[in-house]
Formats: sequence, structure tokens, C-alpha cells
Amino acid sequence: MEHAVEVEDLVKTYGSTRALDGVTLQVPEGRVLGLLGPNGAGKTTTVRVLTTLLRPDSGRATVLGIDVLKDPDRLRRVIGVAGQYAAVDELLTGRENLVLVGRLYHLPRAEITRRADELLERFELTEAASRVVGGYSGGMRRRLDLAASLVNRPRVLFLDEPTTGLDPRSRLRLWEVIEDLVRDGTTLLLTTQYLEEADRLADRIAVIDTGKVIAEGTSDELKDKVGGSVVVVRPADPADGERAMVALQAVGDPVRGTGGDLTMQATTGVALVTEAARVLEEAGVAISELALRRPTLDDVFLTLTGHGAEQAAAEETA
Amino acid sequence: MTTHALDAPAGGGLRWAVNDALVLTGRNLRHTTRQPELLFFSTVQPVIFVLLFRYVFGGAIDTRPLSYVNYLMPGIFVQTTAFASTSSAVGLATDLAKGIVDRFRSLPMARSAVLAGRTLGDLCRIVLVVFVMTAVGLAVGLRPSSFLGLVAAIALTSLFGFAFSWIQAFIGLSVPNVEAANLAGFVWLFPLTFASSAFVPLRSMPGWLQTFANATPVTPTVDAVRALLNDGLPLQHALLKSLAWIVVITVVFSTLTVRTYRTVS
Ligand SMILES: Nc1ncnc2c1ncn2[C@@H]1O[C@H](COP(=O)(O)OP(=O)(O)OP(=O)(O)O)[C@@H](O)[C@H]1O
Ligand SMILES: [Mg+2]
Repeated sequence: MEHAVEVEDLVKTYGSTRALDGVTLQVPEGRVLGLLGPNGAGKTTTVRVLTTLLRPDSGRATVLGIDVLKDPDRLRRVIGVAGQYAAVDELLTGRENLVLVGRLYHLPRAEITRRADELLERFELTEAASRVVGGYSGGMRRRLDLAASLVNRPRVLFLDEPTTGLDPRSRLRLWEVIEDLVRDGTTLLLTTQYLEEADRLADRIAVIDTGKVIAEGTSDELKDKVGGSVVVVRPADPADGERAMVALQAVGDPVRGTGGDLTMQATTGVALVTEAARVLEEAGVAISELALRRPTLDDVFLTLTGHGAEQAAAEETA
Repeated sequence: MTTHALDAPAGGGLRWAVNDALVLTGRNLRHTTRQPELLFFSTVQPVIFVLLFRYVFGGAIDTRPLSYVNYLMPGIFVQTTAFASTSSAVGLATDLAKGIVDRFRSLPMARSAVLAGRTLGDLCRIVLVVFVMTAVGLAVGLRPSSFLGLVAAIALTSLFGFAFSWIQAFIGLSVPNVEAANLAGFVWLFPLTFASSAFVPLRSMPGWLQTFANATPVTPTVDAVRALLNDGLPLQHALLKSLAWIVVITVVFSTLTVRTYRTVS
């Protein structure tokens, strides 16, 4: 099987921070890989290496068989990238932004005009096309940035957190556009902090944390790693979290997730629910919720890393 | 950093390098038309200086045999272009901060174009500002000896501004953010341009200051521009010294800037 993207053992350090600590991954041609990880996991660093913006300390990366380090100019012709923050020129209009990119790809003028019209239409920016981007909303900037990354009809597309900061409706619309692109055969590497986004858009998911890929597979495969199902406990009083944790350790291996929920792999199925209820009652911990459910990617994250995605983010900024 | 293809110009070599530089020069000029207020305020300040020096301080400054306005305007020209060159620092720092530079670096375009487009676009702006200052000068009594001399004076001033744009481009890439670029671009220009023959004759300054003033690129450039506008002043020595400064600054700082551009992320 020919892979559109092949990454082997990438390492990049900033002082004592190992931003990438041996990242290895592949994306088959025409498929979507979701690179899922919390703040500081190394998602942007990976994308920057793959799009020729950053030289790694060591490791190898090829895109469509082109070595990222040896032949970056050839690579730049066939890829598209939309970075974590929309890189649009605020003093130019939407159309001028796309035409500028087209001219720097050295496309013929007629082709640039045609392509700009087409992309503006596709991203619902036709009406705003001759307005200066400084007056665009966040969602419009994102869409324009994505349009700019498609000017050269890239065969491989890199999107770094494409929907972060968008409201739910804009996010949904952007997802639909991305799904369209994939239907047309574009290979996509997408980074995200949203488990739901990876679940919806990606064929396969690579979970990345502290510069390493710690798990890889389809969303179902990853959920199976957690086991058939999980038991979730929510103490009525969040201050009881610690006591609930201690009590539950008698019957399982609880981890604390977002919002004070405690999650345990339900190795013994429904029986664990009864046992959990019993130990909690003995410990005198009042609970507002106790449930058995299919694991979400959130649970996968918790189990694999020992911390939740958002929790890691909080630690990062602390 | 080892040389690898990251540094090579995109296919087509020189032709595309020129094309890309012109495309980005056009972008830079379009920015100017979208912010006319910036252009306006960047000429208001030198106009105020002209009026202050011409009418407030001028009477107290002895520049015989030249009229003070003929003495002053070359200094204003050079100071104005030096100040105008700061837009290269601010412009590059802004593109870096907004991720535009990353967008450009992900395209198969000539590496040099981002920098050349910046300094060439800023050169056009500098020429425009010099024209405005010429008009202001003529209005307050500047009388150049010859038209040709005036054209040469404008050309030399603009080249000086272009050289300074490369210093500013280097600053823009070396500082952490836009505010720092703005400050770092400006502060040193005040002592540099005032401690020169721009506004008052050097002979009125203490010896150590004269030594400093003679060691900067500003004094020979102002002296050369002044001699181009006023027949009878010694031209050759100042002109050669000024051109040498312009070449050295351009070569040194464009090299430093290109090198820095390759490594910033
Ligand atoms: N230029 C830099 N200088 C120093 N440290 C850096 C630099 N770039 C990244 N890092 C560090 O490398 C690690 C990985 O950063 P990266 O930006 O790849 O994370 P990320 O997964 O994209 O996070 P986020 O979700 O916040 O965008 C972080 O610890 C970050 O602080
Ligand atoms: Mg990131």
C-alpha cells in the first residue's frame, strides 16, 4: 500500500522541551488521518515539519514520495496547508487574497480568476469577495484561509485545528466542506483537540501526547482498547471527588476526567455498577450520576494518557 | 544551517524571483492605498518640523551664505526618509505575527521575494514622501540651483531610504513582536539624524559630537543632498562617502536579513 504521507521517528527539541519525541505515522492516499492531542502535544510542530516550515532535528518524512527535507520546493507545489491561525491578509479583499496566492503559485492569470471564483463560491464568500478581510468574522477568515490552501488543487492537505474557536454552526459547515474535499480524493492530515471532530472526519486517528504517538487506529479500534464499556460516576458534591476515588479503587481503576467525573473500565460489565454503588454508599459519598456506557474518545484519551484532553490543556497554561 | 533546497529559488530561477518580488511589491503598495491615513501622518510630522525649524529656530541659526530654508530642507529630506523606512520593520514584523510569512513560506515562491517586495514597496512610498516634502520646501522658500540638481537630490535621498529599509527589515525579523519593531525601528533614528549636519552646522557643536556626526551615514548624505541643491558647495567628497555608506549598508543588511529570514519560524 502506497502511503501519501510517511513520517518516521521525527524529533524536534526546543531547549529542554521535546516538542516531537519520535513521531511515526502514515496516511494512505485518499484517506483522512486525525492527529488528536491536547495543547502542547506536538500537533503544530508535526504539521510544520511536513509543510517544509520547520526542520526537525532528526527523522524522516515524505509526502507523495517527496522528501520534505531534500526537495521542499517540489513538495510545496503539491500540498496545501491551513495553519492553526488563519493567515490571511487583512488589508486585502477576499478575492485579492486568493489571487495573490495564485500568482505566487505561478498559475496562468485566466486560471487564477477561474479558481478564485470557484473557491469563493464553494466557501460562501462570493458576496464578501470584494470586501477587505479586516472586516470578516472569525468563521469567514477560516474559510478564506482554507480556500487559499486549495488554490493549487493540492493532492495532500494539512489542516491544523481547522475549527478551533468557531461556533457550532460554523464548525458544522466547515466539516461539510472538508468532507466534500475528501470525497474528491484529497488526502488529509487534520489535527484537532476535539474528539468529536476526529470521530466525524477521520478514517484513522493517531493520538499524540508529549511529542509521541501513543495510540493509532480507527475510532472503533481505539474505543475497543478501553474495553467494552465504561462506568461513569459523578459525585453530587465535587469536593467528594477524592473520597470517591479512594472508595472506587477497591473495585477498579478510576481516572478523574473533566468536570470531576470518575471513569472506570467496566471489566466486569454491569456487575461493576452494583459494586461501585455499594462501595460509594459505604464511604458515604452521595452521587448524582452512575452509568454504564460505550466509551467515547474522551475515555480513550483518559485511559491512554491518565489525564483528560482539557485537563492537560489546563496544566499547560498553569 | 546547511544549504538545502529550502533556500533555492522556485523553478524558473531569476525570472520567477523577479515576478514574485513584483507581486509582493504590488501587495505592499495596495496596503498603502488601503491605509491613506498612515501616509498622511507620516508626512504631517516632517511638515511640522519644516515649519518649526524654518520659522521658530531658523532665525537663530547662522548658515550663511545659504538661506536657512535651503540649508534645512536637505536635512528634512534625509530625516524623513529615515523615519519612513521604519515601515519595513513594522511591515515584516506584522506579517510574521499574522502568520502571513508562514503562508508565503509554504508556497513554491522565491525565498527572497518577501524581503525584496517589502523594501521595494517601501522605496516607492519613500519616493512619494520625498516628493511631498519637495513641494512643501518649495512652498516655504526652497530655491534649488538647478532642476537636475533637484532630481539628483531626490534620487540620492531615496537610495538612502532604501538602504535604511534593509536595516529596518533586519530589525523587523529580529524582534519578538510588532510593538518592539515599532520602537526598535525609531529610537536610534532620533540621535542619529539630529546629531548630524541636518539642522545646524557642525561647527556649532562640541568637538566630540562633531566626531560622532562625521562618522554616521547621515552627515555625508545631508551634505551631498545640500550640495546638489545649492551650486558652489563641495559635492564630490560627501557624495562618494554617502554612496559608499549606501552600498555597504544595503549589502550588509540585506545579507543579514536574508540569513535571518531563513531561520525565523
Ligand atoms: N518555537 C518554539 N519555541 C519553544 N518551544 C516551542 C516552540 N514551538 C513549540 N514549542 C513547544 O513544543 C511543544 C509542542 O508544541 P506544538 O505547538 O506542536 O503543540 P500543539 O499540539 O500544536 O498544541 P496546541 O494545541 O496548543 O496548538 C510545546 O510544549 C511548545 O511549548
Ligand atoms: Mg498547535
